[in-house]
Amino acid sequence: MVKLSPARREALWAYLLISPWIVGFIIWTAGPMLASLFLSLTEYNVVSPLRWLGLANYSSALFSDPLFWQSLKVTFTYAALSLPSGLAVGLAVALLLNLNVPGLSVWRAIYYLPSVISGVAVAVLWQYVFNPRFGVLNWALSLVGIKGPGWLADPKWALPALAIMSLWGAGGGMVLYLAALQSVPTALYDAAKVDGAGAWQRLRYVTLPMISPVIFFNLVMGTIGTFQYFTNAYVMTQGGPTNATLFYNLHLYNNAFRYFRMGYASALAWMLFVIILLLTLLIFRSSTVWVYYEGQLRGGRG
Amino acid sequence: MRAQLRGTTALRLIPRRQALAQLAALVVLAVGAVGMLFPLVWMLSSSLKPLSQIDLFPPRWLPTEQVTVRIGEVAYPLYEVNLDGSIRRLVMIEKVQRTGIFADPADLSQRLEANVKLAKPVERVRLRWENYVEAMTAVPFHRYAINTAIVVFGSMAGMLLSTTLVAYGFARFRAPGLGALFLLLLSTTMLPSQVTLIPTYILFSKLGWIDTLKPLIVPSFFAGAYDVFLLRQYFLTIPLELDDAAKIDGCGTLGILFRILLPLAKPAIATLCIFHFMWAYNDFFGPLIYLQHQEHFTIALGLQSFNAFRARRYDLLMSASLVTVLPCILLFFFAQRIFIQGVVFTGIKG
Repeated sequence: MVKLSPARREALWAYLLISPWIVGFIIWTAGPMLASLFLSLTEYNVVSPLRWLGLANYSSALFSDPLFWQSLKVTFTYAALSLPSGLAVGLAVALLLNLNVPGLSVWRAIYYLPSVISGVAVAVLWQYVFNPRFGVLNWALSLVGIKGPGWLADPKWALPALAIMSLWGAGGGMVLYLAALQSVPTALYDAAKVDGAGAWQRLRYVTLPMISPVIFFNLVMGTIGTFQYFTNAYVMTQGGPTNATLFYNLHLYNNAFRYFRMGYASALAWMLFVIILLLTLLIFRSSTVWVYYEGQLRGGRG
Repeated sequence: MRAQLRGTTALRLIPRRQALAQLAALVVLAVGAVGMLFPLVWMLSSSLKPLSQIDLFPPRWLPTEQVTVRIGEVAYPLYEVNLDGSIRRLVMIEKVQRTGIFADPADLSQRLEANVKLAKPVERVRLRWENYVEAMTAVPFHRYAINTAIVVFGSMAGMLLSTTLVAYGFARFRAPGLGALFLLLLSTTMLPSQVTLIPTYILFSKLGWIDTLKPLIVPSFFAGAYDVFLLRQYFLTIPLELDDAAKIDGCGTLGILFRILLPLAKPAIATLCIFHFMWAYNDFFGPLIYLQHQEHFTIALGLQSFNAFRARRYDLLMSASLVTVLPCILLFFFAQRIFIQGVVFTGIKG
């Protein structure tokens, strides 16, 4: 056996230990990425041999597939409806809990609980809650004299309904904001008070800047998450009525696994990737304006 | 706990204005909490209803049934009948169009005729727990549960094994290019899964793995980027001196991992397991595209096919849904602290 130097031995161990990830990266990430980029330039339905198309898939998505634009519209509209409201609710609950209310852990558990249950069961539950004739939501609205809309059955209300449903999971963000709020040094509030800042001003000029990195993080993840939105739309509406809830991911699924247009679906996937990259870049760029990092003040951690 | 104590003592000592603010906060929180729990209570209530009460508007929160009186072989429904202002409890023997033939339960021969409009059924609360049995037996639920357990725990084993090794490699070793590889690993967390979806599906179909549980388990043996990142960060907080001490005591490279680091990293391992459980248990997209026959379905997929084929049976659907979310709710209550720490950890540092 060859005697290895300690440094080489260490390096060998390192490569050996991380090899599951390296192999996985090649099989499940790099390989499929290249393959889907190639497939996106072809027509392929798994059964018959593939046919080279060049950029035709991309141009037909952009210029002759109205559902592509519809799905983008649905996805962005949903993001615009659900992200700000989820942020507002999560932050409001966190601010209330941060007022030293008694029973903090109980309240936190109640608000957090709905966000840990997800998936098909929750979709089925809300489908029933939103039932226009005998759903509990329209009953609750009728108590205050409002005649509820048709929700999932109404093209105008289906997407807002899903956004309302997303508020049920706002507790996930709440936990994050609460942790961030609790790490804001009390000295800052005391200093603001000495300077004569009222409650609103303390919120505006101390609290919000201090927790802006967390808000920023949630915004980025939320935007990306909207493009992965699938289960609820599939279970509750199947994209309907009249494509009012045809999320981008559902459109992609339909093309890949309903119509077996694997090439076109790959093109959709790559466009999704580009959109997410651009959005993330945009949010990061804008973040310098409104996100405050403590490190900047103190000379920073790097 | 600490916050709770602080809260209660604070209430006594702080000025009135702040106490008022707290009271207002409590009221708002309570109203919101009702809203949060409302759908769950509705799910529980509906799961115990007879089908006939599923589409009542306004809804009946406590499921009921009509009281019957057994006389001989026959069970007769009991009514409160308004007979010229006096109300009597009578059983209905027969109904002829709009006229009911009623009788005193004590003496069936004494019969009375009355318009059915004047008769109100006598109801009592009855929770139909048998809905659960019916929901579980109408579909091969036990099969779904076994498949789900195989997928969840099989993939969890793969995740733990591979994540541990890879995180150890990234946390404790020096090698050329390791830093760049770690950056590469981090960058894959930004990659939307759709980009690799279709070739992966084609690969599994060429391997003949469609309609088996393998596509849902095997990829977990190759260390996911988030998991590696979380565990590596945790390993970094464990002092290197412990490794050195173990080495002097004759511990090998893998010995350090399994005897020193892993026992100390229990909180991180617990977080990984819980989050993996929640993800794998609720995963719907994977089972949807890879599984075709009912005997291979997971619970999530089974529930959806139940929903698609028996859309009107909300009584059974709610029972099945409640059983489905129950493991997650229980896990949440038993491991609440880990959940919240985990979210905060992945949220802020991830």
